[in-house]
Amino acid sequence: MNTPTSSQTPTANRDAQAERREPALMPPVDVIEDPSGITLYADLPGVAREQLDLQVDGDTLTIEARLQLNLPEGMEASHAEVGLQRYRRVFTLSKELDTSKIGAELSQGVLRLRIPKAEHAQPRRIPVNV
Amino acid sequence: MQRSFFPRDVFAELDRLQHEMQQAFDLSPSIRGAGARGYPALNVGATPRTFEVYAFAPGLDPARLEVELDRGVLTLAGERHADLPAAETRHTVHINERFAGRFRRVVSLPDDADPNGVTAHYRDGVLHVSVRRREAAQPRRIAIQ
Repeated sequence: MNTPTSSQTPTANRDAQAERREPALMPPVDVIEDPSGITLYADLPGVAREQLDLQVDGDTLTIEARLQLNLPEGMEASHAEVGLQRYRRVFTLSKELDTSKIGAELSQGVLRLRIPKAEHAQPRRIPVNV
Repeated sequence: MQRSFFPRDVFAELDRLQHEMQQAFDLSPSIRGAGARGYPALNVGATPRTFEVYAFAPGLDPARLEVELDRGVLTLAGERHADLPAAETRHTVHINERFAGRFRRVVSLPDDADPNGVTAHYRDGVLHVSVRRREAAQPRRIAIQ
């Protein structure tokens, strides 16, 4: 998990913008909410752990990853349905989610993110006195 | 709504738009929907010695993947289970885009594919099938006398 960066130099900012304009695949996701938090699954085939970059900046969650296939030398592609080497998808988080406790696992090209809700937003059972 | 796997690809976006238009105006769309690109997505290539097929199939149990080469036709089949909760009332599914269910994709390989030289590896959610080409078909330099 990378630490959020808020202060950036203008050059870094321009680089980030150029990066954003670079075409990327949008990975398909499933987002499931339960009373204690949100679980996000993203399909990122071909991505090793070192190639995955998750960032939380304020209330923005960015998933970025590079696809690495180790193609054999001298291979000529004849048909390609996946034509880019990069994945990117951005989500806006809501206030009750606790971004300091996000858990992430990557297994066989599937990323599983668990974003718990902050304690004050957790459901509580209120006892009824008779 | 159908979502494109390639959102920044102008042609894929146009393709998707066209499909949506067709769905909207065509009174008898296909019973299998407008899935222009199947699961898993495939990349196919060749080297002078092999044919290489890459299937982008994340989250599968490699032991249950079926890879078959029969008379030059390579078949990849299997099943992907949904990670969605089973009809539990305390869950809300906000986005559901990932494929789940049985799949089958077929690639017809050129005649010189050798059925005895097939290897398959599954790594980081990508199935890589490499098929050797027969000796006779490999380029040879002919000596000029």
